[in-house]
Formats: sequence, structure tokens, C-alpha cells
Amino acid sequence: MSTPASTTSQRRPQRLPGRPDMFTSYAENMRMLNTTPKRRSVAALVVVAVAVTFVVDDPTLQIFALGLAASIGAIGLNLVTGYCGQVSLGHAFFLAIGAYTAAALSGDPDGRTIGFGITNILIWLPAAGIVAGIAGILVAPLATRLRGLYLAIVTLGLVFLGEHIFNEWDELTGGPQVGREAAVPELFGFSFDENGDILTGDQKIYLLMLVLLVIFAVAARNLTRSKIGRAFHAIRDRDLAASIMGVQLAKYKTIAFAVSSFYAGCAGALLYIVTGFFDPTAFNLLLSVQYIAMILIGGVATISGSILGAMFITLLPPVTRELAQFLPLLTTDPSASINIFIVEGVLYGALIIGFLLFEPRGLFGIWLRIRNYWKAWPFTY
Amino acid sequence: MTATGQDRPIVEFDDVHLAFAGVKAISGVSFHVGRRELFAVIGPNGAGKTSIFNVLSGVYRPGQGTVRFDGTDVLRLRPHAIAELGVARTFQNIELFANLTVIDNLMLGRHTHISYGVPAALAWFGRARRAELAARAAAEDIVDFLELEAWRTYPVGLLPYGVQKRVELGRALAMQPKLLLLDEPVAGMNLEETEDMARFVLDIRDELDIPIIMVEHDMGLVMDLADRVMAVDFGEAIATGTPSEVQSHPDVISAYLGQESMS
Repeated sequence: MSTPASTTSQRRPQRLPGRPDMFTSYAENMRMLNTTPKRRSVAALVVVAVAVTFVVDDPTLQIFALGLAASIGAIGLNLVTGYCGQVSLGHAFFLAIGAYTAAALSGDPDGRTIGFGITNILIWLPAAGIVAGIAGILVAPLATRLRGLYLAIVTLGLVFLGEHIFNEWDELTGGPQVGREAAVPELFGFSFDENGDILTGDQKIYLLMLVLLVIFAVAARNLTRSKIGRAFHAIRDRDLAASIMGVQLAKYKTIAFAVSSFYAGCAGALLYIVTGFFDPTAFNLLLSVQYIAMILIGGVATISGSILGAMFITLLPPVTRELAQFLPLLTTDPSASINIFIVEGVLYGALIIGFLLFEPRGLFGIWLRIRNYWKAWPFTY
Repeated sequence: MTATGQDRPIVEFDDVHLAFAGVKAISGVSFHVGRRELFAVIGPNGAGKTSIFNVLSGVYRPGQGTVRFDGTDVLRLRPHAIAELGVARTFQNIELFANLTVIDNLMLGRHTHISYGVPAALAWFGRARRAELAARAAAEDIVDFLELEAWRTYPVGLLPYGVQKRVELGRALAMQPKLLLLDEPVAGMNLEETEDMARFVLDIRDELDIPIIMVEHDMGLVMDLADRVMAVDFGEAIATGTPSEVQSHPDVISAYLGQESMS
């Protein structure tokens, strides 16, 4: 079949103000931000996110930075579970691998725990991703053999395996309840975590996370709209039909696990530089469940939903902790029978159930509804 | 006597036996399909028609027999490898990717024609971008060919049944196949949709020059379109020939209408 001439791309295509859906080339139509409102709102969002650095106080900024790092991890989980349909409860395991790879690489060589003193973020961040990605490739054959619930159970086993290894391997992890210092964020002599002349350490880390999230999110969005992303969708929706269309199931499931674990590894490496310290008991089943909650609440198989969900879940604990001041029965005392930590656990559960029942598309779905309502306004459809 | 090149049949299906734990789905079916042929397979429900398709596309592995596509033995190949050789198919019950749009479903059909790796996909630059734009243009050609313009950006799951059938045909065509397998292309369609589909099937054979094997229950369609027909019953080929020969074959009549009791 011949290729129509209309594929030739123009650098600055003519936009007609009254015709938002009018495209004059496939290049224009297939852009990531293919309409003016999309471009403007994303630009506005970036401006707001940068402005937050100078408006919000440092403790709050720390929480936001955590949310941004968690977003990278949530995008990773969404790639394998949301897009490719391979339910993974082992995300905490890959986060841990990334966190320890980065911490060990950049750690103090003379310290209590393993350290190689390579503090350049351009080295330890990709290394954390690659080591976790290799772990993902090793796990992928399970996904080609098992599906659905069985895969979920097997990946659940990974978490327990990892928990045991990291709790016992004191030279690397510092041991349970003790922990070790996180990766050192430094770029050619520029330190991100120490207070500088213009910006405080927290502000620098927040901006670092923001830049990294934008890079990771754009890359993930590119992947999902490519041949590979379509293959993921196809495997999730109908794997038999996908293979008959020429999609190699084993290859693409391996790619999904590799990329997802790469993202998890990077997220793990970044998460703990905010607080500077972490201990191996953090990488338990609850962490995996939190990431599942992020993508379910944010929106399955959407990149922006992953970010929304990660921010939501990260901001939830500080908000519930504030609740204790207003509700007489709640305390922040962990030994009390109705303490705030139990309420948090219940909230995760309730939110997951609530979203699955009433808005399976998550926060992203709510956004779609609002957008479509105002697109059609004043008509109802 | 080995035929070569253009004379060699596109499909050589010889003496294939397929059984599921003692239930014989196909027992000793043989047929050849020429390079410009529209070959139809008919038979009552459960006769083994779809099993023949599943053997051809690599879903089932028969216990005995040989299947050659374009001279290549495909019996040991996995489905995706057979797809890469150029076999495309549609399904009796629609097997589209319901959450993807029409365009994305068609572009998935281009899967075997696009080659770039993960890094290129992450960057969406240079080769990956050019390949995607070319795939989009090819998908739009299918949209034109099958008159799907109005549905382009809809998720397939939301479309009416007849349109979904057409999208599925389009997805198979997007593979630029050397052979097209159509499993009941007009099942459940009304007269108008059936006539549209018949027109597309003829266009595919005549304009795109793609040989077709079609399983169909709509006898009117089969008799009008097919060059040759094979009737199967209980996993055996009972008659092969022109539509009129097969239609009047006594075994075919008894397979459909039942045998008169020997009294």
C-alpha cells in the first residue's frame, strides 16, 4: 500500500483557533501534547511545581520530594501491572535493590557498612536502575509461565525473600532497626543535600526530584505510545491474539519487567536521600501494597495517574496525623488500641475498595469526567 | 514432483491429525491453497473448521501430518513466528484489544513491520518516530480501505459488533499478510453488513492480491465468493471442489441434513 503524502511533517503547523481537533499531519496528531490546552496546562503545572519550592516550608517540601520520587516507582509498577497486565506484588523488592545499590556505591568506604565512595549521581542512579532491571529480567521468566493470581503470589514470595536477605545482611544494610545512610546526592562537586547560599538542601532535593520525574515520566509516556507500549496493551487485553499478531509474549513480558524494575530501582535510590537514612524493615509487603494502591487510586495504565496516586498516598499519612488533633479517640501513640497508624492502614484498604467499586479509572478517571463535563458544557453530553 | 516459486501452493496442508485426549478434532485432512485463491471451509458445528485454523496459525500442534506455508514447514513454529512469515487471521469471536482505539489496533497489526528497541522507544526520536509515523500512515490506508474513518479514535470496545468485525479484518490486513485466514467474517451480521463484508473480501483478493482461507456458515456468501470449497464433518474432509460440486455432493447434504435411516 502506498504512503500518503500527508505524513510529511511541518515544523510549525498552522493551528486554527476554532478547530482544536484539526490536524494537518500525522506528526502533529501523534505528538505527546497535541493540542494547545494540553501544552498550556502542562506548562502551567511545571511552573506551579517549580514555584512551590519557594513558597512551601522545608518539612512540607520534603514530603513533596518523597512523593515525586515515589511517582517514579509508581510509573514503573504501572508499566508492568497497569499496561502489561502482569500483577506484581514484588515492587518493594526492586525498590530495595535500587536503594542498596545506590547506597553501597556512594557510601563512605571507611564507614560501618559497605561503601565505595562513588557519590556522583550520574553513576549511582543508573547503576541502581540497571541492577534492579537485571533482577527484573531474572524474575520475568515466571511471568511467561504464570499469570494473574499465581504471578501475584510468586512475586509476593520475592518480597519475603528480599526482606530476609536484607535483614540478615548487616554489612550492606546495617541490620534491622539500625539501618544505614542513604545514597549521597552529588553531581561533579555540587551537593544536593547540603544547604547552599541560595537554596536549602531540601529545596535542592525537591528540584532534583522534579527534574528527574519529568525525565522519567516523559520517557515512560514515549514507551507506552510506541510499538512496545502497544504490545503491552495487547498482552494485557488478549495475549493469545497478541501472539497471533506477531507479538513475542516472553520478550515483551521481559521488557515490561526490566523497564519496571529499572524505574523501581531508581525510585528506591532516590526515595531515601530525602530523609538520608533507611533500614531494611521498610521493604515489606506493606510497601508493595502502597504502590499497588498508588496505581489503583491514581489510575491504571496512565502515567499522570501514577503521579497523582503517588502524591496522594505520600500525602495521606501526614494528613491523617493531623487528624489526631481534631478527633478525640485518635492518638499518635503506637501502643494505644486505636492509633493513627491503624487508621492509615484501614484508609488504604477503604480507598482501594472505594476506587475499585466507584471509579475504577482512579483519580485520572475523575479528572476525565470533570474535563469532559466542561468540554461539553452547557450540554450534558 | 516439487513445485517451486509462483506455482507452489501458498498452503500445503497434508494428512493432519489432531486429537485432544482421545477426541479427534482433525483426522487426516489434506488440502492445498493456490496463490490467488479464495478457499472456503464449510461444515456443521464442531466439524473441526476452527481447529484447522488454529493448526495453521500455530495455536494447536497436531500429532501427525505436515503443514507448509509458502514452502516453509510451520508445524514447529510458535504463533508469533508464523505471523512474521505472513499469516494473518481474524477470529470467530472478536479478539480485539478492547481498550485500544481503532487506530492503535490497526497499528498493532503493523507490529512485525516495525523494528526499533527499547531505548529508541523511550526517547521517541529519529528512527522510532519515523517508524511510528510510517505505521500510522499505513494504518490510515487501512482506515480508508475499510471505510472506518468515523470510528478512528474510539476505543474498540465501544463500537458496534459489525464495525468491530471490520476493525479485526483491518488489523489482519495491516500485517500486510501473504495469506489471510477469516474465521466466520459475517457471523451475526445483518444482510447489509454481510454485503459490505463480501465486497471487502473480494477487494482484498482482487486489489491487494492476498489469498484467503475462509470458514463460514453463510452458504450464500460461500457459494458466491469462493473459488473452491472444502466440506468437513467430524474432523474429516468429505468433499473438495467448486462450490456447485460440493453443494450437490451427497455426503455434504447428509452431513447437514442428516442421513435417512436404513429402513
